[in-house]
Amino acid sequence: MALDQSFVGRTYPPTPAYEVGREKIREFAEAVGDTHPAYVDAEAARALGHADVIAPPTFVFSITYRAAGEVVQDPQLGLDYSRVVHGDQKFSYVRPVRAGDRLTVTSTIEGIKSLAGNDILDVRGDVHDEAGELVVTTLMKLVARAAEEA
Amino acid sequence: MTAKVSYGSVEAGTELPAQSFPVTRATLVQYAGASGDFNPIHWNERFAREVGLPDVIAHGMFTMAEAIRVVTDWAGDPGAVVDYGVRFTKPVVVPDDDKGALIEVSGKVAAKLDDNLVRVDLVAMCDGKKVLGMSRAVVRLA
Repeated sequence: MALDQSFVGRTYPPTPAYEVGREKIREFAEAVGDTHPAYVDAEAARALGHADVIAPPTFVFSITYRAAGEVVQDPQLGLDYSRVVHGDQKFSYVRPVRAGDRLTVTSTIEGIKSLAGNDILDVRGDVHDEAGELVVTTLMKLVARAAEEA
Repeated sequence: MTAKVSYGSVEAGTELPAQSFPVTRATLVQYAGASGDFNPIHWNERFAREVGLPDVIAHGMFTMAEAIRVVTDWAGDPGAVVDYGVRFTKPVVVPDDDKGALIEVSGKVAAKLDDNLVRVDLVAMCDGKKVLGMSRAVVRLA
């Protein structure tokens, strides 16, 4: 069933702050096998001009994806989550995420399309720090595949 | 931001050092824990097959995390990445053996932009298939 177009432009309330921990950054960097010192060594990060250790570029997805859960599971929207696949993902950085950041995410439905029976949902996540400054904007395209004919 | 590559030293067509990233079932379990994405298609073969997949597949975000390393290792400062986007075109199928799968990533400078920015286009292959499409990063060079 096609999704309700009137949800386009809908913005959800900001999430509670997520505090970025240095050990969480280390854990993520190890999981992707990335040994760059800026992720674990504050000295090395400072030598590159960062205030503290920074997170790998895709780290913030864990936070924005959780925030988008509210959109995806909004019963009024009625997305069939069991048929959803991740189509596209984009990040636009104002600055890298770093240890100690307290980040909130505001999710907005950017677009809803129906293509060959598939529902396509674009969700934007605006990630702000404690000072209210924009850190990164993420764009996630989800595709709910058409249900197969019985 | 302090990239170690200077804007003046590159031109459209400059190739970045290619890299290969092995991924096994253990890698996926570790990534699931670190990222919080516990979707069973990434660790449970029975479930993956039930939903029509050939086998367990890697998290798309894992592949995305690996691909950008070609850019961050080259630029020297991961914080120099200004934009990064991909399309997930084919899954990375990870068999239950010691070898797993291999994601092969290459990149080249596609365009020089203003303000010391360059656009890098990435190609990520696994088993002869392109697993990412429209894979592009914009990075600020020195």
